[in-house]
Amino acid sequence: MKAQTIVPVKVYAGAFAGLIALAALTTGLAYVHMEIWNTVAALTIAVAKMLLVILFFMHLRYDRGMTRIVIIAGLLWLTILIVLTASDVFTRSWSPIPSGWGPAISVQQKQ
Amino acid sequence: MPPVRRSALGPEMTATETRPRALEEQFESLDAQHDARKLGMWIFLATEVMFFGGLFMTYTIYRELYLPGFEQGSHLLEVRWGALNTGVLILSSLTMALAVRSAQVAARRFITIGLLGITMLLGTAFLAIKFLLEWRHDYAQHLVPGINFAYAGPYAAHVQLFFCFYFFMTALHALHLIIGIGILAVLAFLTWRGRFSDQYYSPLEVAALYWHFVDIVWIFLFPLLYLIGGR
Repeated sequence: MKAQTIVPVKVYAGAFAGLIALAALTTGLAYVHMEIWNTVAALTIAVAKMLLVILFFMHLRYDRGMTRIVIIAGLLWLTILIVLTASDVFTRSWSPIPSGWGPAISVQQKQ
Repeated sequence: MPPVRRSALGPEMTATETRPRALEEQFESLDAQHDARKLGMWIFLATEVMFFGGLFMTYTIYRELYLPGFEQGSHLLEVRWGALNTGVLILSSLTMALAVRSAQVAARRFITIGLLGITMLLGTAFLAIKFLLEWRHDYAQHLVPGINFAYAGPYAAHVQLFFCFYFFMTALHALHLIIGIGILAVLAFLTWRGRFSDQYYSPLEVAALYWHFVDIVWIFLFPLLYLIGGR
């Protein structure tokens, strides 16, 4: 039997240290006022943390093709879900608003 | 059939057959079985991405539509508890990975069981912080939609919508964590019974994939609910 990869403890410890550092960074950056860049920074750091978890804790770094195909397929469908839905909502101003709620804020600004 | 006796070949081998006991008949080798099980879990996780993805997307769209209300709601959450829970879950992912590794390198059973136990404890600590500190605080502040929501500021309806998302998403995540803790309890029991070895540990590996995925969901929930847009 071909042995599965055994990842050195050092690699796990490194990934853990990276994740903790990024968590501290994202929390700290939230208190720095940077307008839209607050959101960009928070999401970029979240993606970086996800990659650390997937590559090292979930062993993607040591895996073969099939796992990658499944991950890419999952993220691709998620992208389709978000992009198509968001493009409808934000280009057509058709989302129903409950009475008494007033118009949605960003729609109001656009009109 | 004569009773099957354990041989000196290890816990997964029997005297009457050369195939490992844990090897199901449709697989040629434990390695192929291991890969198939991992792939199955990855496919399940891809469906989970869509499951949570729908919520993340809906949250993002309503946040965009009702931005001031959602920002006010976000500012009513306590960042320190969200950040603490992030650390707790990341640490639990480390101990989970080390638990799998301890089986891979044929460490003594109590080490694997101990690491699984620590992982379960950290998961429970996350839930305790979430339920007993955060949610209780939210309840005391009258921020629970459908139960005692009584926010008086402007955009109150939009703030209420934010809290609907907040409670539903964190509850769904907590449910995943509770299921994960249950799975780890079963695996700790099976480890104690000697069911795993350095040749056969795929249930541990597959459970670890699930556990790390639940960690990733929180990695996105934390900034989306507590941080984005700044404090």
